[in-house]
Amino acid sequence: MAGSGDRARERLALNRFRPWLVVATLASGALTLLFFYAWGYQLWNGIGVVGMNRPVSWGIYESTFVFWIGISHAGTLISAILRVTGAEWRRPVTRCAEAITVFALCVGGLFPILHLGRAWKVYYVMPLPNSRGLWPNYRSPLAWDSVAISAYLIGSILYLGLPLLPDLAILRDRASGWRKRFWTLTALGWSGTAQQWRSLEAGIKVMAIVIIPLAVSVHTIVSWDFAMTLVPMWNSTIFGPYFVVGAIYSGIAALLVAMALLRFGLKLGDWLTDSVFSKLALLFLVMTMAWGYFTFSEHLTAWYANEVAEARVLWTRLTGAAAPPFWTMVVLNFVVPMLVLPFRRGRRPVPLCLVGIGVLIGMWLERILIVVPSLATPRLAYTVGSYTPSWVELSILAGSAGLFLFLYLVFMQAAPILSVWEIAEGERHEAGPSPVGAGGASSAGARTAGARRDAGHDVGAAATGGA
Amino acid sequence: MTRWGMVVDVDRCTGCDACVVACQEENNVQIVGESEAANGRAMHWLRIERYVEGEFPDARVTFRPVLCQHCGEAPCEPVCPVYATYHTPDGLNAMVYARCVGTRYCANNCPYTVRTFNWFDPEWPAPLDRQLNPDVSPRVSGVMEKCTFCVQRIQGAERAADAAGREVADGDIRPACAAACPAQVFTFGDLEDPESRVSRLAKSPRAHHLLGDLGTQPGVIYLEGADWGGNAGDGEAGDETEPATTEPSTTEPAAPATAAAGETSP
Repeated sequence: MAGSGDRARERLALNRFRPWLVVATLASGALTLLFFYAWGYQLWNGIGVVGMNRPVSWGIYESTFVFWIGISHAGTLISAILRVTGAEWRRPVTRCAEAITVFALCVGGLFPILHLGRAWKVYYVMPLPNSRGLWPNYRSPLAWDSVAISAYLIGSILYLGLPLLPDLAILRDRASGWRKRFWTLTALGWSGTAQQWRSLEAGIKVMAIVIIPLAVSVHTIVSWDFAMTLVPMWNSTIFGPYFVVGAIYSGIAALLVAMALLRFGLKLGDWLTDSVFSKLALLFLVMTMAWGYFTFSEHLTAWYANEVAEARVLWTRLTGAAAPPFWTMVVLNFVVPMLVLPFRRGRRPVPLCLVGIGVLIGMWLERILIVVPSLATPRLAYTVGSYTPSWVELSILAGSAGLFLFLYLVFMQAAPILSVWEIAEGERHEAGPSPVGAGGASSAGARTAGARRDAGHDVGAAATGGA
Repeated sequence: MTRWGMVVDVDRCTGCDACVVACQEENNVQIVGESEAANGRAMHWLRIERYVEGEFPDARVTFRPVLCQHCGEAPCEPVCPVYATYHTPDGLNAMVYARCVGTRYCANNCPYTVRTFNWFDPEWPAPLDRQLNPDVSPRVSGVMEKCTFCVQRIQGAERAADAAGREVADGDIRPACAAACPAQVFTFGDLEDPESRVSRLAKSPRAHHLLGDLGTQPGVIYLEGADWGGNAGDGEAGDETEPATTEPSTTEPAAPATAAAGETSP
């Protein structure tokens, strides 16, 4: 092993004190407080502190809910597809993507609760035994939501947690004091035996395969919150795949932004290389075109059929009150990416990060454009309405971003944000005389156990110098 | 079986809003105040939609009272995750306030936009609290509500008939809107009983359902399309959007029945 590689790997596992990390954690923590303050204010004073009304009875909360659930597809789906297809360049990407998934789900999952008129009664939606024999209504897409999102959250936590174990063990072995106790607890007794490696690899394989249909079904069900209804421009057969494509699109955008920030903030350029960015950018480009195709189809068919109620919503978006956000969305989600991503120079970290931020904004706009104009122009034209969000909704929107960042930053300091053992394994694949395919599970187990020992040893050696 | 229904004769409506006020008082509907109403949060279970057809001086103003249609295939019912809105055996679309968690999904999926939401807790500053109807449970912040066809009056009539050892007779039940209407727009009764006044009125050539092509099978039938001799002459008939109003004027076979409906004693 090259000495530079060892030293480089040390940096991955070590949690160095970095002033900007503290500042970022405190800032996002302040936004998190704002989130809970606004929610508390809403609970105390009544749901009426929002800007919603009749007929616009859903607003920022539902859009942001769909947005965060969309972001959650970053991880698990992308990392799972790359794992299943055996893409070697996935190794530095998987962990930070899977962490996005878990925390985006934690944040997104709060929104269906906080949009309730009586959030403290949310347990009515759960199938809890009770003396009155009351049961949730499983004909309702919202009840499907609660099942799908819980299942996806549990699956994502497992999928993030399994490959985390060897890395937590590395940290445990070099730590002392309360940190050692913390990592001893979280590493679940990982010792790196061949048997453990076999079980771990089997578990990761199973979870990678299970999580793909789970992720697709989750966002399909989220789309059905809208598509199952009679509401103009919601009742659409393509909403399922349209939402899944949009989710993966915004997920990749979030992942690219996170990777760029990690690369520059933690100086991880040795692993998050230009080549990794470029490969992910090609996937990004494909999703740009898929999203553009779906958006075009959705609006073209509504325009051509020209059904009265749908046409009213359509023209609200194209030329009416919703036109400014609509065309901003088209520019950010389609025009800009199509001008940047096809070119080699555009597929570098900095332009990708900027395009990614634009796509995140555009995808949030897409969701609010789905929710509000349809509700504001109901079938009986007499009840037409409008929607202006209140400070509570805007605070919760900003606060949710803060909450997500806060959870992510705390996670970064509790565990390596790149998968140390998987990168080590990849380096051995490259360096060694390729033991791949030479033996069965046991030889693979021995090999990766060795990789893990290497990593542990390197880090342990570094820890004495670094601490 | 019974299916409660209502006939609304739009041609008779003068837009006086007496039904709106009566409904609000009867059902303890929250009075939200001026600024909230301007925010689109007025909570009337019944609203009068006003439409102006044509240009002055050839304009014609029509009024359409819109309330919960008590759909046979109600879009609001399946989407509620907690069964807070459901269908009663006698055809009412009912709300269980205690069960409602306030997702407002039902309001989104109601094509008639008749569901109203309690954005805040209701307040009845004294002496308004003395006028509350003891037969109607008040609602709290975060709960959906809508027209019940004055279910408390239906139950009251059923109890009274029970005590007298007879069946509920046609005309026993008058919802607050029907009782208050000076123009006798509303007729309430059992749509399953072919002899009831609502059933006979529902056979009028002027009868139609609101947004009937959605297949919601409303329990409210609108009568619309009488020739008002002058305001909507043959010349303008082609410009009107409602198919019902473009029909040739009827000779009003329903009119005597409507008049009879008005003669029922309170």
